[in-house]
Amino acid sequence: MNIKFRRFSEFLIEKAIFLSGIISILFVVLIFAFLLKEGLALFKYVSVKDFIFGAEWYPISEPPKFGIISLIMGSVWVTAGAIIISVPIGIAAAIYISEIAPRKIRGILKSGIEMLAAIPSVVIGFIGITTLVPLVKNVFGLSTGLTALSGSIMLAFMAIPTIVSIAEDAFYSIPKRYKEAALALGATHWQTIWRVLIKAAFPGIVAASMLGIGRVIGETMAVMMITGNVAKIPNSIFDPVRTLTATIAAEMGEAVRGSDHYFALFAIGIVLFVITFLINLIADIYINRELK
Amino acid sequence: MTKIAVEKLNLFYGDFQALINVDIRIPANKITSMIGPSGCGKSTLLRTVNRMNDLVDGARVDGKIIIDGDNVLDSGYDLVSLRKRVGMVFQRPNPFPMSVASNITFGLRVHGSAKRGDFDNIVEDSLKKVLLWDDLKDRLDRSALSLSLEQQQRLCIARLIAVKPEILLMDEPCSALDPIATERIEQLMIELKENYTIVIVTHNMQQASRISDSTGFMWLGELIEYGATDMIFTNPKQKLTQDYITGRAG
Ligand SMILES: Nc1ncnc2c1ncn2[C@@H]1O[C@H](COP(=O)(O)OP(=O)(O)OP(=O)(O)O)[C@@H](O)[C@H]1O
Ligand SMILES: [Mg+2]
Repeated sequence: MNIKFRRFSEFLIEKAIFLSGIISILFVVLIFAFLLKEGLALFKYVSVKDFIFGAEWYPISEPPKFGIISLIMGSVWVTAGAIIISVPIGIAAAIYISEIAPRKIRGILKSGIEMLAAIPSVVIGFIGITTLVPLVKNVFGLSTGLTALSGSIMLAFMAIPTIVSIAEDAFYSIPKRYKEAALALGATHWQTIWRVLIKAAFPGIVAASMLGIGRVIGETMAVMMITGNVAKIPNSIFDPVRTLTATIAAEMGEAVRGSDHYFALFAIGIVLFVITFLINLIADIYINRELK
Repeated sequence: MTKIAVEKLNLFYGDFQALINVDIRIPANKITSMIGPSGCGKSTLLRTVNRMNDLVDGARVDGKIIIDGDNVLDSGYDLVSLRKRVGMVFQRPNPFPMSVASNITFGLRVHGSAKRGDFDNIVEDSLKKVLLWDDLKDRLDRSALSLSLEQQQRLCIARLIAVKPEILLMDEPCSALDPIATERIEQLMIELKENYTIVIVTHNMQQASRISDSTGFMWLGELIEYGATDMIFTNPKQKLTQDYITGRAG
């Protein structure tokens, strides 16, 4: 009786877990199917080539123009800038916290970083608009501080806490014996960090960077507030830009359901999805290769 | 000829005294083994010689360790050159998570002590000295972590040999290995002693008596007795030593 009951409850639990797994997969599939259905409908009106490579985005003029290359470039500039700024700083900070800082300072820094991660992005955007934008304008002598660079700096600021805390974990979990081995061979502290610890933590560092970037790549509100929102192909990091995500957020409210404009915003969603998917794929392949 | 002279060495971890007035003269080109019960300070003694204990917060030493005429415990002593001359093999093999070849060239790159053009030769020589060359010559870019434990431990020794140390400190180098691998590593040590001064910590009394020329017995931080290995094992002067090697104490 007892055994039967136990078997039965095991059976129920197993099925329940199985069911929740299936449901979450189902949701993903449904969302993706919806995205595809609405997004692909656009291509009745424009060709894929004109959509991706078209230079003009005038969704409500007559006839409308649905070229998103300027939006793609906007996203690329802002994100690339954010990566270039946040990854080195994040990793350097992680190394400082895990390998160099005295124990007391380490604790303070770690909780500080966690607090940074908890600031909502709109708040960061707001602070950015009031402090960063004028700063960028003055330092570089620009006509406006609402530029791709401001967006990059702000996104980097949002990515850094994630990068630092995950990379710091990666450094922390390196077996102590690697460090001992290096020091016992006569390596200096710095040589040990550079030649052994960074190598050993490398998969973790890549993961930290990916997650940090992942956190900001879909970031919308703050970027919309700070990059100037101009759908033009930027010539430099000092130009105002508009990103893919900001476009969707700004225009979804006014797009008429079932209109070509509405489909175009979903098609942008597909592009974002593909980009994110590719980045994850590359990171996966890279991490797996490193681990071998 | 004495290679390492330890004089009146006291070591404290905070308030706890782990080494008490240790005096020992370790001869060049011989194998010296340190035995004694767990926690008696064998590893601590070894780690003081290459100053790895500097890494431990709250560790303090006084006394002297003279190698080639200089006290290596002097605060101004150059740790890099010390550790280049005094290599250490650890209880658990600890190759770097890199290729076999990079493990061996690590020390060379760190010390800038060889030209890149010579790396291949040094890799080959070092692997030959630890009898790994035939096994690994086609697998030099494989990760060192994919090797067997015995091969890993040999690689760790090869990695030391590449930087041309004079002294090898080995802290229970065979304790992670099976008996056959242990015997082969012992054989290797006997071959190496021609060119290196070897100090080995071991819990395995047979091992100490098989390979070492002299043996020190430690107990609660003190060096109780030190002398030729056959004397220590057949005719110890101290009762404590006798009790320990016959299994009545420890
Ligand atoms: N980092 C440390 N901090 C405080 N005490 C320590 C530290 N390392 C070792 N000790 C203490 O010092 C004493 C000697 O330790 P040591 O590791 O040298 O012993 P051992 O003879 O090598 O023992 P085993 O045979 O178990 O390896 C022990 O009582 C140990 O608890
Ligand atoms: Mg020990």
